[in-house]
Amino acid sequence: MISSLQQKLDAGEFVITAEVCPPKGSDCGEFLEKSSNLRGHVDCINVTDNQGANMRISPLAAAALLVQSGIEPIFQITCRDRNRMALQSELLGAAALGVVNVLALTGDHISFGDHSQAKPVFDLDSVQLLKTISELGEGRDLAGNPLHGTPHFYVGAAAAPEAEPFPLTLFKLEKKVSAGARFFQTQAIFNPEKMRTFRDAVSHLNVKIIAGVLLLKSAGMARYVNAHIPGLSVPASIIEELESAPSPIVKGVEIARRLVGELRPFCDGLHIMAMGREELIPEIIKEVR
Amino acid sequence: MIVSKQKPFDEILAALEESRKIFLVGCAKCATVCKSGGEEEIWQMQELLASAGKEVTGSIVIDEACHMLRAGRDLRGKKEMVAESDALLVLACGAGVQSVSAASEKKTVAGLDTMFLGNIRRLGQYEQKCSLCGECILTETAGICPMTVCPKGLLNGPCGGMQDGRCETDQDAECAWSQIYNRMQSQGSVDNLKKIVSQKDFSKILRPGKLKIEK
Repeated sequence: MISSLQQKLDAGEFVITAEVCPPKGSDCGEFLEKSSNLRGHVDCINVTDNQGANMRISPLAAAALLVQSGIEPIFQITCRDRNRMALQSELLGAAALGVVNVLALTGDHISFGDHSQAKPVFDLDSVQLLKTISELGEGRDLAGNPLHGTPHFYVGAAAAPEAEPFPLTLFKLEKKVSAGARFFQTQAIFNPEKMRTFRDAVSHLNVKIIAGVLLLKSAGMARYVNAHIPGLSVPASIIEELESAPSPIVKGVEIARRLVGELRPFCDGLHIMAMGREELIPEIIKEVR
Repeated sequence: MIVSKQKPFDEILAALEESRKIFLVGCAKCATVCKSGGEEEIWQMQELLASAGKEVTGSIVIDEACHMLRAGRDLRGKKEMVAESDALLVLACGAGVQSVSAASEKKTVAGLDTMFLGNIRRLGQYEQKCSLCGECILTETAGICPMTVCPKGLLNGPCGGMQDGRCETDQDAECAWSQIYNRMQSQGSVDNLKKIVSQKDFSKILRPGKLKIEK
Protein backbone atom coordinates (compact mmCIF):
# COMPACT_ATOMS: atom_id res chain seq x y z
CA MET A 1 0.00 0.00 0.00
CA ILE A 2 1.21 3.50 -0.81
CA SER A 3 1.02 6.47 1.51
CA SER A 4 -1.21 9.17 0.05
CA LEU A 5 0.39 11.53 2.56
CA GLN A 6 3.73 10.88 0.94
CA GLN A 7 2.28 11.21 -2.56
CA LYS A 8 0.71 14.56 -1.74
CA LEU A 9 3.79 15.96 -0.01
CA ASP A 10 6.08 14.71 -2.76
CA ALA A 11 3.82 16.38 -5.31
CA GLY A 12 4.14 19.65 -3.42
CA GLU A 13 0.53 19.60 -2.22
CA PHE A 14 -0.23 21.32 1.07
CA VAL A 15 -1.53 18.74 3.59
CA ILE A 16 -3.62 18.91 6.73
CA THR A 17 -3.35 16.31 9.46
CA ALA A 18 -5.31 16.18 12.68
CA GLU A 19 -4.81 14.45 15.97
CA VAL A 20 -7.62 12.30 17.33
CA CYS A 21 -7.04 10.66 20.67
CA PRO A 22 -8.11 7.00 20.88
CA PRO A 23 -10.41 6.11 23.78
CA LYS A 24 -9.60 4.96 27.28
CA GLY A 25 -11.62 1.79 26.91
CA SER A 26 -12.48 -0.58 24.12
CA ASP A 27 -15.39 1.35 22.58
CA CYS A 28 -14.03 3.14 19.52
CA GLY A 29 -17.43 4.37 18.31
CA GLU A 30 -16.90 8.03 19.16
CA PHE A 31 -13.29 7.91 17.97
CA LEU A 32 -14.39 6.58 14.58
CA GLU A 33 -17.25 9.05 14.33
CA LYS A 34 -14.99 12.02 15.06
CA SER A 35 -12.48 10.72 12.56
CA SER A 36 -15.11 10.07 9.88
CA ASN A 37 -16.47 13.59 10.27
CA LEU A 38 -13.03 14.90 9.29
CA ARG A 39 -13.11 12.99 6.01
CA GLY A 40 -12.64 15.44 3.16
CA HIS A 41 -11.27 18.06 5.55
CA VAL A 42 -7.97 16.47 6.54
CA ASP A 43 -5.56 14.18 4.70
CA CYS A 44 -4.50 12.00 7.59
CA ILE A 45 -5.37 11.36 11.19
CA ASN A 46 -2.66 10.99 13.82
CA VAL A 47 -3.44 8.29 16.33
CA THR A 48 -1.67 9.10 19.57
CA ASP A 49 0.17 6.50 21.63
CA ASN A 50 -0.84 6.61 25.30
CA GLN A 51 -0.64 10.37 25.01
CA GLY A 52 0.83 12.23 27.94
CA ALA A 53 1.72 8.80 29.39
CA ASN A 54 -1.97 8.15 30.05
CA MET A 55 -3.03 4.57 29.34
CA ARG A 56 -5.46 4.21 26.44
CA ILE A 57 -6.35 1.67 23.77
CA SER A 58 -3.44 0.54 21.62
CA PRO A 59 -2.78 3.07 18.84
CA LEU A 60 -2.24 0.10 16.52
CA ALA A 61 -5.81 -1.10 17.09
CA ALA A 62 -7.17 2.41 16.63
CA ALA A 63 -5.09 2.96 13.49
CA ALA A 64 -6.22 -0.37 12.03
CA LEU A 65 -9.86 0.59 12.63
CA LEU A 66 -9.25 3.79 10.70
CA VAL A 67 -7.71 1.83 7.83
CA GLN A 68 -10.81 -0.39 7.78
CA SER A 69 -12.95 2.73 7.55
CA GLY A 70 -10.96 4.02 4.60
CA ILE A 71 -9.18 6.74 6.58
CA GLU A 72 -5.40 6.99 6.34
CA PRO A 73 -3.80 7.14 9.79
CA ILE A 74 -0.41 8.26 11.00
CA PHE A 75 0.42 5.64 13.60
CA GLN A 76 2.30 7.26 16.48
CA ILE A 77 4.63 4.91 18.32
CA THR A 78 6.73 5.78 21.34
CA CYS A 79 9.70 4.14 23.04
CA ARG A 80 8.29 4.63 26.52
CA ASP A 81 6.22 1.46 26.82
CA ARG A 82 7.91 -1.07 24.53
CA ASN A 83 11.33 -2.59 24.23
CA ARG A 84 12.97 -3.16 20.84
CA MET A 85 11.22 -6.48 20.33
CA ALA A 86 7.77 -5.07 21.04
CA LEU A 87 8.44 -2.02 18.85
CA GLN A 88 9.44 -4.19 15.91
CA SER A 89 6.58 -6.66 16.24
CA GLU A 90 4.12 -3.77 16.61
CA LEU A 91 5.50 -2.20 13.42
CA LEU A 92 5.22 -5.47 11.51
CA GLY A 93 1.66 -5.77 12.78
CA ALA A 94 0.92 -2.23 11.65
CA ALA A 95 2.19 -2.96 8.15
CA ALA A 96 0.13 -6.15 7.95
CA LEU A 97 -2.98 -4.17 8.94
CA GLY A 98 -2.46 -1.59 6.22
CA VAL A 99 -0.85 1.22 8.18
CA VAL A 100 1.50 3.17 5.90
CA ASN A 101 2.55 6.21 7.95
CA VAL A 102 4.45 6.10 11.22
CA LEU A 103 5.47 8.91 13.55
CA ALA A 104 8.41 7.66 15.63
CA LEU A 105 8.62 9.29 19.04
CA THR A 106 10.53 9.00 22.28
CA GLY A 107 7.36 9.59 24.31
CA ASP A 108 6.51 11.73 27.32
CA HIS A 109 8.02 10.57 30.57
CA ILE A 110 5.95 8.08 32.54
CA SER A 111 5.81 10.42 35.54
CA PHE A 112 3.41 12.76 33.66
CA GLY A 113 0.64 10.22 33.28
CA ASP A 114 -1.89 8.12 35.13
CA HIS A 115 0.42 5.12 35.67
CA SER A 116 3.34 6.93 37.26
CA GLN A 117 4.46 3.77 39.09
CA ALA A 118 5.00 1.87 35.83
CA LYS A 119 8.50 0.99 34.66
CA PRO A 120 9.59 3.38 31.89
CA VAL A 121 11.16 1.34 29.08
CA PHE A 122 13.14 3.61 26.72
CA ASP A 123 15.11 0.61 25.44
CA LEU A 124 15.57 2.66 22.24
CA ASP A 125 15.41 6.40 21.68
CA SER A 126 13.63 8.04 18.75
CA VAL A 127 16.74 8.08 16.54
CA GLN A 128 17.35 4.38 17.17
CA LEU A 129 13.66 3.67 16.54
CA LEU A 130 13.88 5.48 13.20
CA LYS A 131 16.93 3.38 12.31
CA THR A 132 15.04 0.27 13.33
CA ILE A 133 12.17 1.18 11.00
CA SER A 134 14.71 1.71 8.21
CA GLU A 135 16.23 -1.71 8.93
CA LEU A 136 12.80 -3.34 8.79
CA GLY A 137 12.29 -1.56 5.46
CA GLU A 138 15.47 -3.24 4.23
CA GLY A 139 13.96 -6.60 5.01
CA ARG A 140 15.75 -7.44 8.24
CA ASP A 141 15.21 -7.00 11.93
CA LEU A 142 17.45 -5.23 14.42
CA ALA A 143 19.35 -8.46 15.06
CA GLY A 144 20.01 -8.83 11.33
CA ASN A 145 17.54 -11.67 10.73
CA PRO A 146 15.69 -11.68 7.39
CA LEU A 147 11.97 -10.84 7.38
CA HIS A 148 9.19 -12.72 5.65
CA GLY A 149 7.49 -9.70 4.14
CA THR A 150 9.06 -6.26 4.35
CA PRO A 151 7.14 -3.29 5.78
CA HIS A 152 7.42 0.00 3.92
CA PHE A 153 6.40 3.05 5.88
CA TYR A 154 6.40 6.76 5.24
CA VAL A 155 8.20 7.78 8.41
CA GLY A 156 8.05 10.98 10.38
CA ALA A 157 9.57 12.37 13.54
CA ALA A 158 8.73 15.09 16.01
CA ALA A 159 10.43 18.47 16.14
CA ALA A 160 10.27 21.21 18.75
CA PRO A 161 10.96 24.48 16.90
CA GLU A 162 10.99 26.53 20.10
CA ALA A 163 13.35 24.31 22.08
CA GLU A 164 16.47 26.01 23.41
CA PRO A 165 19.40 25.60 22.97
CA PHE A 166 18.29 25.14 19.36
CA PRO A 167 21.73 24.16 17.93
CA LEU A 168 21.64 21.14 20.24
CA THR A 169 18.14 20.21 19.03
CA LEU A 170 19.33 20.60 15.46
CA PHE A 171 22.00 17.91 15.92
CA LYS A 172 19.26 15.50 16.90
CA LEU A 173 16.96 16.53 14.05
CA GLU A 174 19.81 15.89 11.62
CA LYS A 175 20.27 12.43 13.11
CA LYS A 176 16.53 11.77 12.83
CA VAL A 177 16.64 12.55 9.13
CA SER A 178 19.74 10.49 8.45
CA ALA A 179 18.07 7.64 10.39
CA GLY A 180 15.12 7.74 8.00
CA ALA A 181 12.65 10.52 8.94
CA ARG A 182 11.05 12.03 5.83
CA PHE A 183 8.74 14.51 7.51
CA PHE A 184 8.56 16.43 10.77
CA GLN A 185 5.41 17.08 12.70
CA THR A 186 6.19 19.93 15.05
CA GLN A 187 5.08 20.78 18.53
CA ALA A 188 2.27 23.31 18.65
CA ILE A 189 3.69 26.68 17.73
CA PHE A 190 2.25 30.10 18.51
CA ASN A 191 4.90 32.35 17.06
CA PRO A 192 5.05 32.33 13.22
CA GLU A 193 8.46 34.02 13.29
CA LYS A 194 9.85 30.97 15.16
CA MET A 195 8.43 28.79 12.40
CA ARG A 196 10.25 30.79 9.76
CA THR A 197 13.54 30.50 11.67
CA PHE A 198 12.95 26.78 12.11
CA ARG A 199 12.20 26.21 8.42
CA ASP A 200 15.40 28.03 7.46
CA ALA A 201 17.44 26.08 10.01
CA VAL A 202 16.30 22.70 8.67
CA SER A 203 16.10 23.59 4.96
CA HIS A 204 19.33 21.65 4.27
CA LEU A 205 17.69 18.44 5.54
CA ASN A 206 15.26 18.21 2.63
CA VAL A 207 12.45 17.10 4.89
CA LYS A 208 8.75 17.99 4.81
CA ILE A 209 7.49 20.15 7.67
CA ILE A 210 4.00 19.81 9.07
CA ALA A 211 3.52 22.61 11.62
CA GLY A 212 1.54 22.01 14.78
CA VAL A 213 -1.47 24.16 15.72
CA LEU A 214 -3.15 23.69 19.06
CA LEU A 215 -6.71 24.86 19.68
CA LEU A 216 -6.66 26.86 22.90
CA LYS A 217 -10.08 26.51 24.49
CA SER A 218 -9.62 29.07 27.27
CA ALA A 219 -7.10 31.31 29.00
CA GLY A 220 -6.95 28.71 31.77
CA MET A 221 -5.94 26.03 29.29
CA ALA A 222 -3.28 28.33 27.81
CA ARG A 223 -1.81 28.90 31.27
CA TYR A 224 -1.93 25.18 31.99
CA VAL A 225 -0.11 24.48 28.73
CA ASN A 226 2.61 26.96 29.65
CA ALA A 227 3.04 25.49 33.10
CA HIS A 228 2.72 21.79 32.36
CA ILE A 229 3.29 20.89 28.71
CA PRO A 230 6.99 20.62 27.93
CA GLY A 231 8.17 22.58 24.92
CA LEU A 232 5.06 24.76 24.45
CA SER A 233 4.88 28.46 25.11
CA VAL A 234 1.74 30.53 24.60
CA PRO A 235 2.55 34.25 24.41
CA ALA A 236 0.95 36.57 26.96
CA SER A 237 -0.85 38.47 24.18
CA ILE A 238 -2.77 35.32 23.19
CA ILE A 239 -3.70 34.58 26.81
CA GLU A 240 -4.92 38.18 27.07
CA GLU A 241 -7.07 37.74 23.94
CA LEU A 242 -8.67 34.61 25.36
CA GLU A 243 -9.19 36.24 28.73
CA SER A 244 -11.09 39.23 27.41
CA ALA A 245 -13.19 37.31 24.88
CA PRO A 246 -16.93 36.88 25.62
CA SER A 247 -16.68 33.32 24.24
CA PRO A 248 -13.21 31.83 24.78
CA ILE A 249 -13.83 28.87 22.46
CA VAL A 250 -14.92 31.16 19.60
CA LYS A 251 -11.83 33.24 20.24
CA GLY A 252 -9.69 30.11 20.42
CA VAL A 253 -10.91 29.00 17.00
CA GLU A 254 -10.21 32.48 15.65
CA ILE A 255 -6.65 32.39 17.04
CA ALA A 256 -6.04 28.92 15.60
CA ARG A 257 -7.42 30.02 12.23
CA ARG A 258 -5.16 33.06 12.27
CA LEU A 259 -2.11 30.89 13.13
CA VAL A 260 -2.99 28.53 10.30
CA GLY A 261 -2.80 31.45 7.89
CA GLU A 262 0.38 32.87 9.39
CA LEU A 263 2.23 29.54 9.52
CA ARG A 264 1.25 28.34 6.08
CA PRO A 265 4.02 30.16 4.15
CA PHE A 266 6.68 28.43 6.26
CA CYS A 267 5.60 24.79 6.05
CA ASP A 268 4.40 21.95 3.83
CA GLY A 269 1.35 21.17 5.88
CA LEU A 270 -0.42 21.76 9.16
CA HIS A 271 -1.21 19.46 12.03
CA ILE A 272 -4.27 20.43 14.06
CA MET A 273 -4.61 19.38 17.68
CA ALA A 274 -8.16 20.22 18.78
CA MET A 275 -8.07 18.37 22.10
CA GLY A 276 -11.47 16.74 21.89
CA ARG A 277 -13.14 19.52 19.85
CA GLU A 278 -12.38 17.92 16.49
CA GLU A 279 -15.72 19.16 15.10
CA LEU A 280 -14.17 22.65 15.05
CA ILE A 281 -11.30 21.63 12.76
CA PRO A 282 -13.11 22.42 9.47
CA GLU A 283 -13.70 25.94 10.78
CA ILE A 284 -10.03 26.31 11.78
CA ILE A 285 -8.68 25.25 8.40
CA LYS A 286 -11.34 26.66 6.07
CA GLU A 287 -9.07 29.31 4.59
CA VAL A 288 -6.35 26.85 3.60
CA ARG A 289 -8.61 24.15 2.20
CA MET B 1 28.51 4.59 47.41
CA ILE B 2 25.19 2.75 47.78
CA VAL B 3 22.56 5.25 48.87
CA SER B 4 19.85 3.99 51.18
CA LYS B 5 17.26 5.40 53.52
CA GLN B 6 15.40 4.02 56.48
CA LYS B 7 11.91 2.66 56.00
CA PRO B 8 9.25 4.46 58.07
CA PHE B 9 9.39 3.14 61.63
CA ASP B 10 5.77 1.92 61.60
CA GLU B 11 6.61 -0.28 58.59
CA ILE B 12 9.61 -1.70 60.42
CA LEU B 13 7.48 -2.29 63.46
CA ALA B 14 4.81 -4.03 61.38
CA ALA B 15 7.46 -6.33 59.90
CA LEU B 16 8.60 -7.17 63.46
CA GLU B 17 5.07 -7.72 64.72
CA GLU B 18 5.55 -11.36 65.69
CA SER B 19 9.11 -10.87 66.92
CA ARG B 20 9.67 -9.56 70.44
CA LYS B 21 13.43 -9.98 70.79
CA ILE B 22 15.47 -8.20 68.14
CA PHE B 23 19.15 -8.28 67.23
CA LEU B 24 20.26 -5.16 65.32
CA VAL B 25 22.76 -5.09 62.45
CA GLY B 26 24.25 -1.95 60.89
CA CYS B 27 26.98 -1.29 58.34
CA ALA B 28 30.07 0.87 58.82
CA LYS B 29 30.36 1.79 55.14
CA CYS B 30 27.62 3.25 52.93
CA ALA B 31 24.75 3.05 55.44
CA THR B 32 26.88 4.96 57.94
CA VAL B 33 27.65 7.73 55.43
CA CYS B 34 23.96 7.90 54.44
CA LYS B 35 22.96 8.09 58.10
CA SER B 36 20.65 5.15 57.62
CA GLY B 37 22.47 2.34 59.43
CA GLY B 38 25.61 3.48 61.30
CA GLU B 39 26.38 3.41 65.05
CA GLU B 40 24.16 6.41 65.67
CA GLU B 41 21.14 5.04 63.81
CA ILE B 42 21.54 1.63 65.46
CA TRP B 43 21.45 3.32 68.85
CA GLN B 44 18.39 5.39 67.90
CA MET B 45 16.66 2.28 66.56
CA GLN B 46 17.37 0.51 69.84
CA GLU B 47 15.65 3.34 71.74
CA LEU B 48 12.67 3.33 69.40
CA LEU B 49 12.26 -0.44 69.62
CA ALA B 50 12.52 -0.34 73.41
CA SER B 51 9.82 2.29 73.64
CA ALA B 52 7.66 0.12 71.35
CA GLY B 53 7.97 -2.73 73.84
CA LYS B 54 10.64 -4.75 72.05
CA GLU B 55 13.70 -6.23 73.68
CA VAL B 56 17.00 -5.67 71.88
CA THR B 57 19.26 -8.65 72.57
CA GLY B 58 22.32 -6.90 71.12
CA SER B 59 23.69 -5.13 68.09
CA ILE B 60 26.64 -5.00 65.73
CA VAL B 61 27.86 -2.63 63.06
CA ILE B 62 29.59 -4.82 60.50
CA ASP B 63 32.60 -3.19 58.90
CA GLU B 64 31.29 -3.94 55.41
CA ALA B 65 27.97 -5.77 55.48
CA CYS B 66 28.17 -6.71 51.78
CA HIS B 67 31.29 -8.76 52.55
CA MET B 68 29.72 -12.18 53.11
CA LEU B 69 32.61 -13.80 54.98
CA ARG B 70 33.05 -10.81 57.26
CA ALA B 71 29.32 -10.58 57.99
CA GLY B 72 29.22 -14.28 58.87
CA ARG B 73 32.27 -14.01 61.09
CA ASP B 74 30.96 -10.90 62.91
CA LEU B 75 27.59 -12.53 63.54
CA ARG B 76 29.30 -15.65 64.93
CA GLY B 77 31.13 -13.33 67.34
CA LYS B 78 27.71 -12.37 68.78
CA LYS B 79 26.34 -15.89 68.60
CA GLU B 80 24.44 -15.89 71.90
CA MET B 81 22.73 -12.56 71.36
CA VAL B 82 21.74 -13.64 67.86
CA ALA B 83 20.50 -16.98 69.15
CA GLU B 84 18.41 -15.29 71.81
CA SER B 85 16.62 -13.05 69.26
CA ASP B 86 13.45 -13.77 67.28
CA ALA B 87 14.56 -11.67 64.33
CA LEU B 88 17.52 -9.72 62.91
CA LEU B 89 16.71 -6.14 61.91
CA VAL B 90 19.33 -5.12 59.35
CA LEU B 91 20.05 -1.46 58.66
CA ALA B 92 22.21 -2.03 55.58
CA CYS B 93 21.66 -2.02 51.81
CA GLY B 94 20.00 -4.98 50.09
CA ALA B 95 23.40 -6.57 49.57
CA GLY B 96 24.17 -6.28 53.28
CA VAL B 97 20.79 -7.71 54.25
CA GLN B 98 21.52 -10.75 52.11
CA SER B 99 24.96 -11.31 53.62
CA VAL B 100 23.14 -11.47 56.95
CA SER B 101 20.28 -13.66 55.73
CA ALA B 102 22.84 -16.05 54.22
CA ALA B 103 24.70 -16.26 57.54
CA SER B 104 21.75 -16.83 59.85
CA GLU B 105 18.64 -18.98 59.87
CA LYS B 106 16.77 -16.31 61.84
CA LYS B 107 14.05 -14.17 60.31
CA THR B 108 15.75 -11.21 58.63
CA VAL B 109 13.98 -7.85 58.42
CA ALA B 110 15.23 -5.20 55.98
CA GLY B 111 15.09 -1.81 57.66
CA LEU B 112 16.30 0.23 54.71
CA ASP B 113 15.26 0.92 51.16
CA THR B 114 18.26 0.74 48.85
CA MET B 115 18.11 3.46 46.22
CA PHE B 116 21.10 3.96 43.94
CA LEU B 117 24.82 4.13 43.45
CA GLY B 118 25.41 7.73 44.41
CA ASN B 119 27.95 10.48 44.45
CA ILE B 120 28.24 12.57 47.59
CA ARG B 121 27.60 16.24 46.84
CA ARG B 122 28.05 17.08 50.51
CA LEU B 123 27.17 15.18 53.66
CA GLY B 124 23.48 14.38 53.49
CA GLN B 125 23.15 15.15 49.77
CA TYR B 126 23.56 12.31 47.30
CA GLU B 127 23.10 12.18 43.53
CA GLN B 128 22.93 9.33 41.07
CA LYS B 129 25.39 9.77 38.24
CA CYS B 130 26.06 6.17 37.21
CA SER B 131 23.46 3.47 36.64
CA LEU B 132 25.85 0.52 36.40
CA CYS B 133 25.01 -0.17 32.73
CA GLY B 134 27.92 -2.52 32.15
CA GLU B 135 29.35 -0.62 29.17
CA CYS B 136 30.71 2.81 29.98
CA ILE B 137 30.18 5.56 27.40
CA LEU B 138 31.46 8.50 29.44
CA THR B 139 34.46 9.00 27.14
CA GLU B 140 32.07 9.75 24.28
CA THR B 141 29.72 11.96 26.27
CA ALA B 142 32.13 14.51 27.71
CA GLY B 143 32.18 12.78 31.09
CA ILE B 144 28.42 13.14 31.77
CA CYS B 145 26.24 10.03 31.66
CA PRO B 146 23.02 10.44 29.65
CA MET B 147 21.96 6.89 30.60
CA THR B 148 21.58 8.16 34.15
CA VAL B 149 21.26 11.92 34.16
CA CYS B 150 18.56 11.87 31.44
CA PRO B 151 15.41 10.32 33.01
CA LYS B 152 14.73 8.63 29.65
CA GLY B 153 18.34 7.50 29.19
CA LEU B 154 18.43 8.99 25.68
CA LEU B 155 21.68 8.38 23.82
CA ASN B 156 21.25 10.65 20.78
CA GLY B 157 20.39 14.05 22.20
CA PRO B 158 17.61 15.80 24.10
CA CYS B 159 13.93 14.96 23.84
CA GLY B 160 11.29 17.48 22.79
CA GLY B 161 10.63 18.30 26.42
CA MET B 162 13.85 20.23 26.92
CA GLN B 163 13.05 23.89 27.56
CA ASP B 164 15.76 26.50 27.99
CA GLY B 165 18.17 23.67 28.75
CA ARG B 166 15.93 22.35 31.55
CA CYS B 167 14.52 18.83 31.91
CA GLU B 168 10.81 18.21 31.31
CA THR B 169 10.59 16.08 34.44
CA ASP B 170 12.18 18.63 36.77
CA GLN B 171 12.38 22.36 36.07
CA ASP B 172 15.22 22.64 38.57
CA ALA B 173 17.38 20.10 36.76
CA GLU B 174 19.53 20.91 33.76
CA CYS B 175 18.89 18.62 30.77
CA ALA B 176 21.65 15.99 30.58
CA TRP B 177 22.17 16.76 26.90
CA SER B 178 22.38 20.48 27.57
CA GLN B 179 25.14 19.72 30.10
CA ILE B 180 26.92 17.48 27.60
CA TYR B 181 26.54 20.09 24.85
CA ASN B 182 28.00 22.87 27.04
CA ARG B 183 30.92 20.69 28.06
CA MET B 184 31.61 19.66 24.46
CA GLN B 185 31.50 23.29 23.38
CA SER B 186 34.16 24.23 25.91
CA GLN B 187 36.23 21.19 24.90
CA GLY B 188 35.79 21.87 21.19
CA SER B 189 34.28 18.42 20.62
CA VAL B 190 30.72 19.29 19.57
CA ASP B 191 31.15 17.29 16.36
CA ASN B 192 30.73 14.18 18.51
CA LEU B 193 27.03 15.02 18.59
CA LYS B 194 26.73 14.22 14.88
CA LYS B 195 27.34 10.52 15.33
CA ILE B 196 24.31 8.27 15.70
CA VAL B 197 24.72 6.19 18.84
CA SER B 198 23.42 2.64 18.42
CA GLN B 199 21.09 0.90 20.78
CA LYS B 200 22.54 -0.21 24.08
CA ASP B 201 23.56 -3.83 24.70
CA PHE B 202 21.53 -4.75 27.75
CA SER B 203 22.92 -8.28 27.78
CA LYS B 204 25.90 -6.73 29.55
CA ILE B 205 23.81 -6.39 32.69
CA LEU B 206 21.68 -9.50 32.76
CA ARG B 207 20.69 -10.31 36.33
CA PRO B 208 22.06 -11.57 38.59
CA GLY B 209 25.42 -10.01 37.79
CA LYS B 210 28.49 -12.15 38.41
CA LEU B 211 32.20 -11.52 38.10
CA LYS B 212 34.97 -13.95 38.93
CA ILE B 213 38.48 -12.68 38.46
CA GLU B 214 40.69 -15.38 36.96
CA LYS B 215 44.33 -15.29 37.98
